[in-house]
Amino acid sequence: MKYNLSGKLLSTAACVLLALSAPALGVAGDTIKFGVAGPHSGDLASYGLPSVNAAKLVIDKVNANGGINGKMVEMLVEDDVCKPEISTNTATKLVSDGVEVVLGHICSGATIAAMPIYKESGILVMSPSATSDELTLSGDYPNFFRTIAPNAAQSPAMIDFAINKLGLSKIAIIHDKGDYGKPLAEGAKKHVEQTGKGEVVLFEGITPGAMDYSAIVQKIKQSGAEVVVFGGYHPEASKIVTIMKKKRLKTKFVSDDGVKDDTFIKVAGDAAEGVYAAGPQDNSSNPMAAEAKAAHKAAFGSDPGAFFEGAYAATVAMLNAIEKADSTKLEDLKKVLQTEKVATPVGDINFDKNGDAIGVGFSMYVVENGSYIVVK
Amino acid sequence: MDYFIELFFSGLTRGSIYALIALGYTMVYGIIGLINFAHGEIYMIGAFTAFIVATVLSIYGFPLFSIVIIAGLAAVVWSSSYGYTIEKIAYKPLRHAPRLSPLISAIGMSIFLQNYVLLAQTSDFLPFPTLIPDWEFMEPIAHIVGTTDLAILVTTVMVMVLLTVVIKFTKIGKAMRATAQDRMMATLVGINVNNVISATFIVGSALAAIGGLLIASHIGQINFYIGFIAGIKAFTAAVLGGIGSIPGAVLGSFVLGLTESFATGYVSSDYEDVFAFSLLVLILIFKPSGLLGKATNQKV
Repeated sequence: MKYNLSGKLLSTAACVLLALSAPALGVAGDTIKFGVAGPHSGDLASYGLPSVNAAKLVIDKVNANGGINGKMVEMLVEDDVCKPEISTNTATKLVSDGVEVVLGHICSGATIAAMPIYKESGILVMSPSATSDELTLSGDYPNFFRTIAPNAAQSPAMIDFAINKLGLSKIAIIHDKGDYGKPLAEGAKKHVEQTGKGEVVLFEGITPGAMDYSAIVQKIKQSGAEVVVFGGYHPEASKIVTIMKKKRLKTKFVSDDGVKDDTFIKVAGDAAEGVYAAGPQDNSSNPMAAEAKAAHKAAFGSDPGAFFEGAYAATVAMLNAIEKADSTKLEDLKKVLQTEKVATPVGDINFDKNGDAIGVGFSMYVVENGSYIVVK
Repeated sequence: MDYFIELFFSGLTRGSIYALIALGYTMVYGIIGLINFAHGEIYMIGAFTAFIVATVLSIYGFPLFSIVIIAGLAAVVWSSSYGYTIEKIAYKPLRHAPRLSPLISAIGMSIFLQNYVLLAQTSDFLPFPTLIPDWEFMEPIAHIVGTTDLAILVTTVMVMVLLTVVIKFTKIGKAMRATAQDRMMATLVGINVNNVISATFIVGSALAAIGGLLIASHIGQINFYIGFIAGIKAFTAAVLGGIGSIPGAVLGSFVLGLTESFATGYVSSDYEDVFAFSLLVLILIFKPSGLLGKATNQKV
């Protein structure tokens, strides 16, 4: 009985609270609601939290200068833990809270799941990190934009690097048969055939998690390849380079951003030295990137994490579009994004008709003395 | 010709590791008719134990040779105690239950151990220290057969010989064979069947731990999930050779390892598993009890 009473009390209190907060919600009507979605907890939080920081830095700066066209920007942050089944709830929550644009989501899977909800409400979404080709190239999501290059751009980057920069023409393409690695490898093969400069001497899939890759390494040697282009993640890559070193192969190893990870260097150790990997483009010479990094250090006392520059750029681009269009309607924003260049930490960018940023690509990195450095 | 030899050795290396794990499957099956699905995890725990011990010892600057010995012993002892405990907790209470119950219990144990290591250690891949250095005199042929390949092969052969001696000539070996033939009869002639079963689990786990240590130092990395695939492959090898038969497990492992290696080398690594399992299907069609398995009546 007592319990019931306290339950009633609680709900009454909640009602009062709700009633009190209602006027506050009404007042908030003349702000621009800026949603930020991504993993902010769980094991992938390190991918999502830098975006929150980036948005906060940009928005604080904008608000300190009087907002956009007289309106303050209000940030609404929602967690999706990078899970497709949760990101739909995240999107619904943001939409019902009345967001006008969304920065996010972070993971491709979660973004694809959430997109139909935003599309229905005509909300502009811009991701700093979702690289799935489907998001832009399928044409299914006209309200989606991103400040990172799609996966499809990575294969040509790897191949052009191997052929033009390293000057190698006999290419062995290996992939892990997965959703990420296989399309990359197929794209690479197609690109070699299109350019006609190199020759694919071996094209094979390996079984991820297999005990030992000696046989495939011997096959690479037998094929006479000068360079291995690998599409897949770092656990397989580190096994292959370890065995390659054991078998005294001098073949170069070029891979994707699934391998551009410090775990790869940690696990492969000495064998990682001299491995090339594609990664998000290096912006260290961009003054705006340096400024954003310094602002992050001043505000949060640490170096920014993954996708920070992309998120910063996306926030700047979206707020710029709102200002120029003086509207938050999708069609008006799209027009500005596609036609007007805006200065961001990832360069002066506008967007193509699919929603991909023009001028954003991949840089190649090489392992030297235990860390990745940019190949100039 | 070089290419053939290279693939041959790569197949032998795989086969050796499969054999070390497959023996555990086949011995346990031979004695209590149970497929111990947690056996792959024992192999993984062996590799992790060796990793932890070797890392700690190398911090204290022990010489490499003593690290190998101590880490190997630690892995063997630790894995064996896991094997022993698993049998007592998960299988012994179900010894008279229908055959399906201990099987489910084994799968549960496997999932439990994987997640236990995931939580207690990490989900990341860890760099395994180089326990087997490259020997100088191996350098001219290192591109064909490396020091680790050779070490794996030699160790496996030594372990096999030792196991054969134990099974053939010692009292416990004799007791094992007797229990495998007829558990009830073995009890009647005064063999402590419980001890024999425990001993089987201990020996099988020790072999798996050695396999874990060897392969981890060959490929240089471990994580909590390595036991699953290794376990499936070794189980396939044991069935291929005739489950319950010790020479069969060894033969099956080498056949499987070589098939995979040559399939990769001469056809395509895309079809590595297709060849391995097609071979299994073919052999089971023509020889349902496996290569060396005896066609026995249903065990009671």
